[in-house]
Amino acid sequence: MEQLSLALTVNGEAYQVTTRPYATLLDVLHDQLGLTGTHEGCRMGECGSCSVLLDGHAVNACLVLAPDVEGRAVTTVEGLAENGSLSALQAAFVQCGALQCGYCTSGMLISAAAFLKRVQETPTAAEVRRALVGNLCRCTGYAKIIDAILAVATKSPNEMNVASEFAARGHD
Amino acid sequence: MSRPNSQHGDMIETLIGQRLPKRDAPAKVTGQTIYGHDLVRPHMLYGKIVRSPYASARIVAIDTSRAEKLAGVRAVLTARDAPHRLFGYGADNLILKGTRVLHVGDEVAAIAASDPYTAQEAAQLVRVEYEPLPAVFDPDDALLPNAPLVHPARGSNLFRQQLYQHGDPDAAFQEADVIVKDEFELPYAANMPLEPCFCLAEFDANDELTLYSTTQVPYLLQRDLANALEMPASHIRILQTAIGGSFGRGLDMYPFEPIAVLLAQKTKCPVRLAFDRREEFLAAPIRQPIRVKMRSAAKRDGTLWARDAHAVLNIGAYASWGTVTTVVMAETVGSLYRVPHARFVADLVYTNSPVTGAMRGFGNPQSTFCVEVQMDRLADALGMDPLEFRLRNVNQPNTTTPQGLKITSCGLQECLEILGDIVDATLIPRKSSCFPQGNDYSFEVRKRDDLRPHSSSLIPPHLARGIGFASTMNVGGGARIYRSDGCGAIVKVDDFGRVTLITGASEIGQGADIVLAQITAETLGMTLDAVRVVNGDTALAPWDVGVHASRTTFIAGNAARLAALDARKQLLETAAEQFHVAPEELDARGGFIFRKNDPTARVPLEKIIRARHFRPFGEPVIGKGWYDPPNEMADEHLRGNLSASYSFAAHAVEVEVDTETGRVRVLRVGAAHDVGRALNPLLIEGQIEGGIHMGIGYALTEQLRVENGRVVNDSLREYGIPTTLDMPPIDIRLVETLDPEGPFGAKGVGELGVTPVAAAISNAIYDAVGVRITSLPITPEKVLRALRAKHGFQSL
Repeated sequence: MEQLSLALTVNGEAYQVTTRPYATLLDVLHDQLGLTGTHEGCRMGECGSCSVLLDGHAVNACLVLAPDVEGRAVTTVEGLAENGSLSALQAAFVQCGALQCGYCTSGMLISAAAFLKRVQETPTAAEVRRALVGNLCRCTGYAKIIDAILAVATKSPNEMNVASEFAARGHD
Repeated sequence: MSRPNSQHGDMIETLIGQRLPKRDAPAKVTGQTIYGHDLVRPHMLYGKIVRSPYASARIVAIDTSRAEKLAGVRAVLTARDAPHRLFGYGADNLILKGTRVLHVGDEVAAIAASDPYTAQEAAQLVRVEYEPLPAVFDPDDALLPNAPLVHPARGSNLFRQQLYQHGDPDAAFQEADVIVKDEFELPYAANMPLEPCFCLAEFDANDELTLYSTTQVPYLLQRDLANALEMPASHIRILQTAIGGSFGRGLDMYPFEPIAVLLAQKTKCPVRLAFDRREEFLAAPIRQPIRVKMRSAAKRDGTLWARDAHAVLNIGAYASWGTVTTVVMAETVGSLYRVPHARFVADLVYTNSPVTGAMRGFGNPQSTFCVEVQMDRLADALGMDPLEFRLRNVNQPNTTTPQGLKITSCGLQECLEILGDIVDATLIPRKSSCFPQGNDYSFEVRKRDDLRPHSSSLIPPHLARGIGFASTMNVGGGARIYRSDGCGAIVKVDDFGRVTLITGASEIGQGADIVLAQITAETLGMTLDAVRVVNGDTALAPWDVGVHASRTTFIAGNAARLAALDARKQLLETAAEQFHVAPEELDARGGFIFRKNDPTARVPLEKIIRARHFRPFGEPVIGKGWYDPPNEMADEHLRGNLSASYSFAAHAVEVEVDTETGRVRVLRVGAAHDVGRALNPLLIEGQIEGGIHMGIGYALTEQLRVENGRVVNDSLREYGIPTTLDMPPIDIRLVETLDPEGPFGAKGVGELGVTPVAAAISNAIYDAVGVRITSLPITPEKVLRALRAKHGFQSL
């Protein structure tokens, strides 16, 4: 079977992988690079569980064909923390109880990170809801996820009493 | 985060009632958690099941030769290769079908291959010749005399009929002043956790099986696998992976699990069988669709007088544990309120439709919908306020219902009274936030953005608003549907003061990991950090019936508490020797042992632990606990005290109905829950919020559309799980009634979020626009049709 050689950057590290031409970015990340934090939920772009940042924009990794990421930069949930400590967003998810089974959490964090990077002013709850409309959660009813994102967006790192990498450096 | 305990001074904290995050949260936010779908084992093969495209057919021939020749295929199994012992709750299912298929998705053949693409390709190369047979899809049709039989050997499509009765309902309806009658239609709903079904079977060199699984009942799965595969249960070990949601899905063994074992046996390699989303829609169990004819009656003074219900459940092609839902339905019909006369008849009917199972609420969302819509209708007929009518008939603590339910703690009255206060307020105050020390910032944001005054003067004329209520009751202290409702626990304390709780309880996202740690640490007098929880392994942990029926905090919590008490006794005995006092004069808290009358004279617990271990004839500290609650199985007439306690809740929902489009929007939900005692409010709120999400989906958007036995909307968007935009602000109030049997007074909470929501929404729609919708989901079409029936087409 024809194989494809692919160069991409994931979480700041350069990778060279050989894959099937019809493989998706999700296949490459999850099955080949062992970045299992990016979860398959539907392979149809409907649930958002496999959301990753592609050149800073949130995408469903299941809808991106591997050849299309040649030379591009990907950030997965594994790349949100820095120097082993949680980003403010991750810490807020923990503290606010924003996850239960956790299967959607990676995708939620990615969508939230992309949203917080692009909003200029302090967002409203309605804006947060719109930003997460592509990410389904079956456990939480979204309430505490929205709490957590608003907490990061409206509180300074000191008040959050959590690690401050996220606020200081953006997320990627 | 700590709350000082005044009894022992500020240095000592109590862990009960704290808002503590789940133990596995850091791993889940960094992507380190390994779910089943992430699991890879050396030499692992990929399994794939060939499923029937027909709802009812005879298998004429199966040709596997082309699949077997495909490079990378390691095994192709058909019914010839599988044991033929019937398995399942109804002893009606086969691992692989060789002569007949009974529903779309029935298992016919199975592949193991070196990669998933090859497995998929091989599955398509298996040629199965079918001869379609007459099928029956509707349960009413299935009960007709000449209906095709799903299981011909049974002689009837009626799997079971159940009858519950107290009082004399027929006479009571003669005596009543007001009577309401309805036919309710409850749809298929799907559990749809975000992680689809998974298992991985692996044999070791001694021919012992390990099954990695997303099951909710590891010990029952061990038994069921052994029976179906005709192998010794003692050679089976179930290891639960991290589980990406379940909501009742994992209550039964399904054919894919023994199929994975057979493939692993044949290939001598680990075999993984993981569903994709389409297969999840095709073959994972779902909530039964139910038709209910119900009538309720009251006396003019507002006394609820009688209730009579006949439910027909479409269970699909095979009977699962989900058929036990009738026990729960009967409780809501007969015991949610004081009702002197009640009858509940249930027909559970086989059809060639998708296989149904258990889903959060377990019959209760269905029965609560019917009962609570009729409570509203009775109040309306009596000219009473709907809350007042409910309060008039509410259960009180320390009563036994005619059904035999021993209601001990009961805070439903307080829940209903709180709802009245919530609704009277113009804004929903958000009592709790994730930042407990007064930083209630989230309320400020919500107030500005999500909430608006409840003032009809601001609403355009085609938008109508209304408020509806519903109460609910659920088992809150286990539910004996199996011979044992127990759970075992071991508390091991090592020489460094680290405590390991080994529990049979399962973690499926609900947070047993932290709640059981809280209970253990609090009981033992250790710090929370000192306690780790180990579970999910049948070879290691003592037995548990499973994570279901909102039972884990209550049952596994009591087991952990007993084990910790045993360990504590050992510690205090040794400490008493050291302090030269009686054990009763000592206490342990926060990692120290001290004299009650002089807390400053304290010794670190680990010193006592080592003193006990490293001495002549010494021994380390090992506590054991087993808790099987004082409840009983319902008898054949659905009587008996199923649970050791009962949990209660009431919801108020405000909706906005667009009379031009029929669209219903939920504006806000108030939820008052009697939880016994809130051991960890953060997690309780999460259970309630998630339940309300599932309830709103059930009420308004979610429906598995099944046509001729085939699911036609087999994707998440088409199925209709509510998104962030569909969810309203939720105001949760926790009522603490301190249950006498629960650990630290706690009761189960896992299912009560979902059960009353659909009824409250339907009642709110009536309040808004005056039409009663008795069929779920409440689609815009149904609302428009009802409005047109009421007002005529022109008036809209």
